[in-house]
Amino acid sequence: MIDKTFETLQSAVADIFDGATVMIGGFGNAGMPSALIDALLDQGARELTVVNNNAGNGETGLAALIKARRVRKIICSFPRQADSHHFDALYRAGEIELELTPQGNLAERIRAAGAGIGGFFTPTGYGTDLAKGKETRLINGRNYVLESPIHADFALIKALHGDRWGNLVYRKTARNFGPIMAMAAKTTIAQVQQVVELGQLDPEVIVTPGIFVQRVVKEAA
Amino acid sequence: MSNRYTRDQMAARVAQDIPEGAYVNLGIGLPTKVANYLPTDREVFLHSENGLLGMGPAPAAGEEDEDLINAGKQPVTLLTGGAFFHHADSFAMMRGGHLDVCVLGAFQVSATGDLANWHTGAPDAIPAVGGAMDLALGAKQVFVMMEHQTKTGESKIVETCTYPLTAMACVSRIYTDMAVLDVTPKGLLVREMAPGLTFEELQAATVAPLLKG
Repeated sequence: MIDKTFETLQSAVADIFDGATVMIGGFGNAGMPSALIDALLDQGARELTVVNNNAGNGETGLAALIKARRVRKIICSFPRQADSHHFDALYRAGEIELELTPQGNLAERIRAAGAGIGGFFTPTGYGTDLAKGKETRLINGRNYVLESPIHADFALIKALHGDRWGNLVYRKTARNFGPIMAMAAKTTIAQVQQVVELGQLDPEVIVTPGIFVQRVVKEAA
Repeated sequence: MSNRYTRDQMAARVAQDIPEGAYVNLGIGLPTKVANYLPTDREVFLHSENGLLGMGPAPAAGEEDEDLINAGKQPVTLLTGGAFFHHADSFAMMRGGHLDVCVLGAFQVSATGDLANWHTGAPDAIPAVGGAMDLALGAKQVFVMMEHQTKTGESKIVETCTYPLTAMACVSRIYTDMAVLDVTPKGLLVREMAPGLTFEELQAATVAPLLKG
């Protein structure tokens, strides 16, 4: 019997290794897998490359991971916010690397990795500082920039419900990066509000099919 | 000094140009105000890049839901008939040319419609771009809404942007506190001016050359 559910958050993140690339879902706090991030903080992995839209808000979640100096590099679109002080301090001290990517390119680079695409030409960023040094091409009269996929060792995402096969549904705008990050990582770990029995999720509305999900864990015991 | 449009008058003026049935993204900041002036008898689909179409107004106090926010991370509501989707689909709506209008703020707009609105380029500033570059080139029409001049009186409508670019030749119309201007192949065409303002006064406040409408 296939059962992707894990009993504890700790066991679900136990093999995240030093130097791993970890995608973390969420847009601000909506969809942020805080329980998994807390478990990763306790687990102690260091020198991580983190992929997220932001660079932490306030004191919890990704901000706490950055504060604890577990993150070597962050790939994101919008690091600077009113409450991103932990990132700001490390960035100004030269102690965290930033790869800034327009948000749509970030999403498509993640999707491309999951879909087996080796790179893609996008109009976004053409002629700007964020396309400097990148290959460009004129296609049917429009200028495009070559962007590369972003693969990850692990994705930590938050969903509403999941079953033992890894099928997921999300809640409102907490969906954001979850479905595409699930596709792009070798090991996707989903924290869910509730684990449901097989068949309880309507197959017509499953957003992430279980093939993209390796582990499902309840967010609170 | 001549009269200027207030920020609310600017928002109301932009709202006039958004037709029934339009798919629209309102950028963070001043453009958000436009939603307050869309006539209630007009159905307009507001898009938010974090994954919703059919965005409604802010919820009543106590009704906030942390899973239902806009691109500015403020609590919002969903209209009946609205939909949620993931980030790659949301940006496909933008990049793929499916949005009719987006309304953005700006630091500078050039005479050829280049837009600078994401970064001042100051050496100590931490860069953050978000969805600005995707929005600027994805919508069928890009409206910019901004003060005509900086607080120190410099023209924000320029011949060539000195701030880092967001996208090239993307702006179609500019709404400022002094005028409404179209970016045309011949140059910047003045459509409307604030009451009491003359063309000469407007030109004096603008470093890029203007054309009389």
